[in-house]
Amino acid sequence: MKLPIYMDNHATTPIDPRVFATMTPYFTDVFGNAASRNHSFGWQAEEAVEKARKQVADLVGATPKEIVFTSGATESDNLALKGVAEMYAEKGNHIITAATEHKAILDTCKRLEKEGLRVTYLPVQANGLIDLEMLQEAITDKTILVSIMYANNEIGVIQPVAEIGKIAKSMGALFHTDATQAVGKVPVNVIKDNIDLASISGHKMYGPKGVGALYVRRKSPRVQITAQMDGGGHERGMRSGTLNVPGIVGLGEACALCHAEMAEESKRLSFLRDKLKNMLMNELDEVYVNGTQEHRLPNNLNISFAYVEGESLLMGINDIAVSSGSACTSATLEPSYVLKALGAGDDLAHSSIRFGLGRFNTEAEVDYVANKVIEVVRKLRELSPLYEMAKEGIDLSKVQWAAH
Amino acid sequence: MAYSNKVLDHYNHPRNVGSLDKSDPNVGTGMVGAPECGDVMKLQVKVNPDSGVIEDAKFKTFGCGSAIASSSLATEWLRGKTVDEALAIKNTDIVNELSLPPVKIHCSVLAEDAIKAAISDYKKKAEVRTTSAVTA
Repeated sequence: MKLPIYMDNHATTPIDPRVFATMTPYFTDVFGNAASRNHSFGWQAEEAVEKARKQVADLVGATPKEIVFTSGATESDNLALKGVAEMYAEKGNHIITAATEHKAILDTCKRLEKEGLRVTYLPVQANGLIDLEMLQEAITDKTILVSIMYANNEIGVIQPVAEIGKIAKSMGALFHTDATQAVGKVPVNVIKDNIDLASISGHKMYGPKGVGALYVRRKSPRVQITAQMDGGGHERGMRSGTLNVPGIVGLGEACALCHAEMAEESKRLSFLRDKLKNMLMNELDEVYVNGTQEHRLPNNLNISFAYVEGESLLMGINDIAVSSGSACTSATLEPSYVLKALGAGDDLAHSSIRFGLGRFNTEAEVDYVANKVIEVVRKLRELSPLYEMAKEGIDLSKVQWAAH
Repeated sequence: MAYSNKVLDHYNHPRNVGSLDKSDPNVGTGMVGAPECGDVMKLQVKVNPDSGVIEDAKFKTFGCGSAIASSSLATEWLRGKTVDEALAIKNTDIVNELSLPPVKIHCSVLAEDAIKAAISDYKKKAEVRTTSAVTA
């Protein structure tokens, strides 16, 4: 087993060597511009792009013409929200999203608010899922778009997308989903899930960074978006810019591999994830899983170790790459807004670790990680005045803290 | 974030971890911070009432590595100092010793607050003792 161990696959994934192998010719030999119509260099590049477009479409149950290549999910989110807001401005000016969305959605919504749109940020329940009745209440005939992520990047919970899409449709609103974490991990199907627009990223599913896609529905309804980048009118006018052929080829191959291997891979990852969870929970007291365990990505475990601060825990497990919802890991000094939205309390948000398992993690790695975390949590609890107080039977929520 | 070697050393080998008897009249306890802010420090000093010298100091900290290191260092510095010398310890001394980056300065402030809180608790107890001695 090689150290350090990478278990932060929600942040990014390594590129699969098989994906990398398909990409390499497109940097050197087949380097043409896919928009060059009058020579074989261009035709070959275009052919490769169209093959990839079909591979992406097949993974999510779409048709190739509904796939628009972008630079990644952040761009796809921006294009979907701003593109719909601009195109449907005459119909309405209201967007509904959720408090636990990725910043690519939240910050785009904030900008749209500045431009005069009204945005509703739905709260989530303690399990991390939105309340469909609240969505039903929030939606009006002025609502042009509902944007709710498929699976959360921190806690891995899977929203009831099919129902959300149905509610949106019934009110004549479009449904966009940031499916970055879900595509390639769980079966996403734009038809069954009632999705009108979906953001897809390459580097979360063993493809390259800097490439992604936006699914834009073409039938019932035919969705139109205003391009946010002006130029040569590539991608059916929706996204100008010379196509990143090697990246797109890689994204396509990554999708094809996920399509072929998802069933088996998800079984293996959920086994490893559950083993990790069980080892931690059997050996340590006061450990809490954040978010529903029922509707969840197979590779996600987000867990709070009460009375232990996340960054100090990361410091103790410095041969393991995971991420913490604690404030101290970022410059903002605010704990994870996603965990706060669950109402878990800031103290538990500060104590959380996100494990993101991936294709290349082994069972031996899981054993090592679990044992190491157990050891460090025990050590830090010996150091923790909060653990001592809790063991003395003091109710920490009743203590008057001198907040600073 | 890269930690200085001194922070790593205190994190890996924290000095003077533990608790002193809160009810001991010669022990002063300071507890500062809040769980929702991500750090709580408990710092205790045991003072020789005749000489005013801190004979023992213990800490427990919930917080990031820099918070643990700041309080661990504080206990090291407190031992052998008089109460007045202890009050002269400034957060900037801790920042310099541990090479804390700007985002971690609050950890040193918290450690200074914990020292002050522990000594003020000790002084309060000592006052009560003097007052009750006079009354008796």
